[in-house]
Amino acid sequence: MSSPQIEIQLIAAIVAMACAIPGVFLVLRKMALISDAISHSILPGIVIGFFVTQDLNSPLLILLAALTGVITVVMVEFIQKTGLVKEDTAIGLVFPVLFSIGVILIAKNANDVHLDVDAVLLGELAFAPFDRLLVGVADWGPKSLWVMGSILFITISLLILFYKELKVTTFDAGLSSVLGISPLVMHYGLMSVSSVTVVGAFDAVGAILVVALMIAPAATAYLLTEDLKKMIWLSVSFGVFSAISGYWAANFLDASISGSIATTLGVIFLATYLFAPKKGLISVLYRQKQQRIEVSLITFLLHLNRHEEESERHINHLQEHINWQAVRARTVLDLAEKNNLVEIENNVVSLTEKGLAFTEKSLEYIISNKDEKIEPMKEDFFLFRG
Amino acid sequence: MNIQEYFELVWTDYTLRTITLGTAVLGAICGMLGSFAVLRKQSLLGDAISHAALPGIALAFLITGAKDSGTLLLGALVSGVIGTFWIRGITSKTHLKSDTALGLILSIFFGFGMLLLTFIQKQPNANQAGLDKYLFGQAATLMESDVRLMIIVTGISLFVMLLFWKEFKILLFDADYTKTLGFNTKFIDVLITFLIVLAIVLGLQTVGVVLMSAILLAPAAAARQWTNNLGTMVLLAAVFGAFSGVFGTAISASQNNLSTGPVIVLVAGVFVLLSFIFSHKRGLLFREIRFRKNRTDLKLMKTLQFMYGIAQEHENISHPHAIRILNNFHGFTKSSLKKLEKEGWIAIEGQQWAMTPKGYKQAEEMYNQKTT
Amino acid sequence: MDTQKLAVQIDDLTVAYNYKPVLWDIDLSVPEGVLMAIVGPNGAGKSTLIKTILGIIKPIAGTVSIYGKPYSKQRKLVAYVPQKGSVDWDFPTTALDVVMMGTYGKLGWIKRTGQKEKKIALESMEKVGMLTYKNRQISQLSGGQQQRVFLARALAQDASIYFMDEPFQGVDATTEIAIINILKELRKAGKTVIVVHHDLQTVPEYFDWVTFLNVKKIATGPVKDIFNDDNLTKTYGINYKVAVNK
Repeated sequence: MSSPQIEIQLIAAIVAMACAIPGVFLVLRKMALISDAISHSILPGIVIGFFVTQDLNSPLLILLAALTGVITVVMVEFIQKTGLVKEDTAIGLVFPVLFSIGVILIAKNANDVHLDVDAVLLGELAFAPFDRLLVGVADWGPKSLWVMGSILFITISLLILFYKELKVTTFDAGLSSVLGISPLVMHYGLMSVSSVTVVGAFDAVGAILVVALMIAPAATAYLLTEDLKKMIWLSVSFGVFSAISGYWAANFLDASISGSIATTLGVIFLATYLFAPKKGLISVLYRQKQQRIEVSLITFLLHLNRHEEESERHINHLQEHINWQAVRARTVLDLAEKNNLVEIENNVVSLTEKGLAFTEKSLEYIISNKDEKIEPMKEDFFLFRG
Repeated sequence: MNIQEYFELVWTDYTLRTITLGTAVLGAICGMLGSFAVLRKQSLLGDAISHAALPGIALAFLITGAKDSGTLLLGALVSGVIGTFWIRGITSKTHLKSDTALGLILSIFFGFGMLLLTFIQKQPNANQAGLDKYLFGQAATLMESDVRLMIIVTGISLFVMLLFWKEFKILLFDADYTKTLGFNTKFIDVLITFLIVLAIVLGLQTVGVVLMSAILLAPAAAARQWTNNLGTMVLLAAVFGAFSGVFGTAISASQNNLSTGPVIVLVAGVFVLLSFIFSHKRGLLFREIRFRKNRTDLKLMKTLQFMYGIAQEHENISHPHAIRILNNFHGFTKSSLKKLEKEGWIAIEGQQWAMTPKGYKQAEEMYNQKTT
Repeated sequence: MDTQKLAVQIDDLTVAYNYKPVLWDIDLSVPEGVLMAIVGPNGAGKSTLIKTILGIIKPIAGTVSIYGKPYSKQRKLVAYVPQKGSVDWDFPTTALDVVMMGTYGKLGWIKRTGQKEKKIALESMEKVGMLTYKNRQISQLSGGQQQRVFLARALAQDASIYFMDEPFQGVDATTEIAIINILKELRKAGKTVIVVHHDLQTVPEYFDWVTFLNVKKIATGPVKDIFNDDNLTKTYGINYKVAVNK
């Protein structure tokens, strides 16, 4: 591994970490798309900042551009307040317009601005090591490493300082005002951090990948845990892992590093989406099927419990009255028998003692609106699950 | 070429005519179908779909090696539809919210698309398919066959929309109710979504994946401000869209080095801004004027009420009073007195005012309204 | 049961949202020509019951029949007034247009509304006293007027059974009286009206039939026979008196 290679991976990893942290809160606050809006609308800020500073890594440019990001949020909120259009339309109108202004500014000043629209969208991580921070004659390493390192440092400091406040405002805005924490301050604080991070990162990884780095790790982590601390750790890990493996994949394919990182993030999300133990698609579908059968089973038992007359408890009645397909009726009946909840005599179904106990207990929970207690009860009664 | 020359040449120059017709048709279909997206609160779905289309374009090129836009757009359509379904899968089967799903699909598909594009560019035998134009759009690359495709698709969409107009309208307004009437809401829903995806894919070559959603939203958002009728809104959005397309193309064609996408978006953005401010129904300017007028009216009425209170105590309601007795009432100014006089509600003579019978009656009516 | 015709019959109905049970094993028969309130605490499944009867929600088990046949075959006999808050009132359309939607069901796919439908809609608007507002944009109507528009839309369906989900919510006193008068007229004309209702105090005054619901059916029958403390307690728990005093 050559030294630029190490530096690129280091930058990518730091960018991923810096994005993942605010990303968690954006996802939890249902504001993920704000990152998309900010990442586009900072463009005019960057171009104007570049006219002033002539340096993409200048702190002044970062502040100017981040300001555009915050202005976007304010504009979106203003338009929403007028009630002229719906909330999502407001976002969808503001950022393309600002982005277009940025693109046109670049195109019209192509000779003065050494910015390339493709680079803005994609970033060029491969070039990052060449722009170096020189102090006197000493080489202090790539500039973007310093920029992103500082942003990451600030983000982590703020996270530790305001962890409690962020947590409360995210999960319970009502409680936070009671506790004297202003949700508004936290909101704009988060927006500012996100804007600064997006601006700092866009030059390395491009506007769209910033969005991927913010949302994808957090979304993936959210499928695995609901604990905030774990979610932050997982997001950071996913981000760093994708950054490094994405880099090597790009190296192998000789293609865009940022595109490759985004693709890796996508693959990780897809795998989690399918296979996550509790929230994954397969597990959800399996559980839904199980629940459907078990809910049907309880319905069936309740029905038996309520109807003494034999005609209502005749096997054929299952299909007729309860309106089930033959297959489903069979499955339910089998399950009930396997669990010794019912017995069948001359095609007439009756509850066993165990079945009766189970039914009466679940009935009690249902009427008192304590449905959640049925689930653990199943563990006690069922030998086989649906 | 400047804009004036552009519009002179449009009628004679074959290429210009093709391009202009193409962008006009595109703007019209986007405005038309965008109205539905906006009213269904699916504004940002368009953004996700257009980004999600990018890998489809690249894959279609990689697989077939074809450069013609028909094949590439078919690829875009497929990957756009996959993206849409995945978004639905995420929101319906997990606890992730729609904003997360949209942002996720948008950025990941786009990133994958860029990976493929850069991969293609570095292939030795790639004839540099000019896939770049799909990022920001290049109307100049529109060919007659592309425009013909656009016109056909627009025609079909228009036909479907008119055919199912009643069903579209009722589903947009009240989906559950529609179901109780016996309409297959899933079918209508899929139909509308498919038409929107189709419009997006159609616009990729001209406007590009990055800004496509704005062309869908902006004309509709502008049109909504001018009318309270769905039909008029759709029509107006189509007109705004067509104008944005034509003007955007004209401006970008008359400048060097400008992609069409951003310019069309800016023109459409101007439509939105003007509509937000100047619309006679909902616009901010008229809202402000109305607000101020109401406030002055209210002041005037309050002054009249106050005078009524004084006049009531006299047998002759038109008994003159000194103006200065109004001083401890803060609602009045010189100009408001003048206005009251102009309405014929009071008469002013020197430093004195007197209520007219007309003014007395007016105040009495107001008083009664208040108490009932 | 008795010789009277049954407008709605429900057998062994169980409904679950995300596999959480909302309605359990419900048997319910509604005779033709009653004006019935469905009452029960929040989350008792009142709206769910109506939506299931109308086929908006699929049940896990059980059957629903309207005059002896499944809903899908009897659609034209049924009209529905959803909760006012369920739609976007900023939608670009007029009051008349919304009422016209009531005629769409009988028109079926693709066919357009004509003079006949317009006449039906205008008559319905007249019945609810909204004729003067026919060209108003719906966002410019008051809450009570919006509810009347919804009622007019159901009247335009010209059905035999009317289902209404909290039609008195957020309406002014005048509208409430106007609505209940229309409902009583419908009953007089032999129609069946089923209303999800919140205000227990007005039940005896407005309705002649009542169903108590709390996940399970507690009781159903004529108001004068079964609207009593016993059933209220069973439905609302011990605190029902507080609810009445409100």
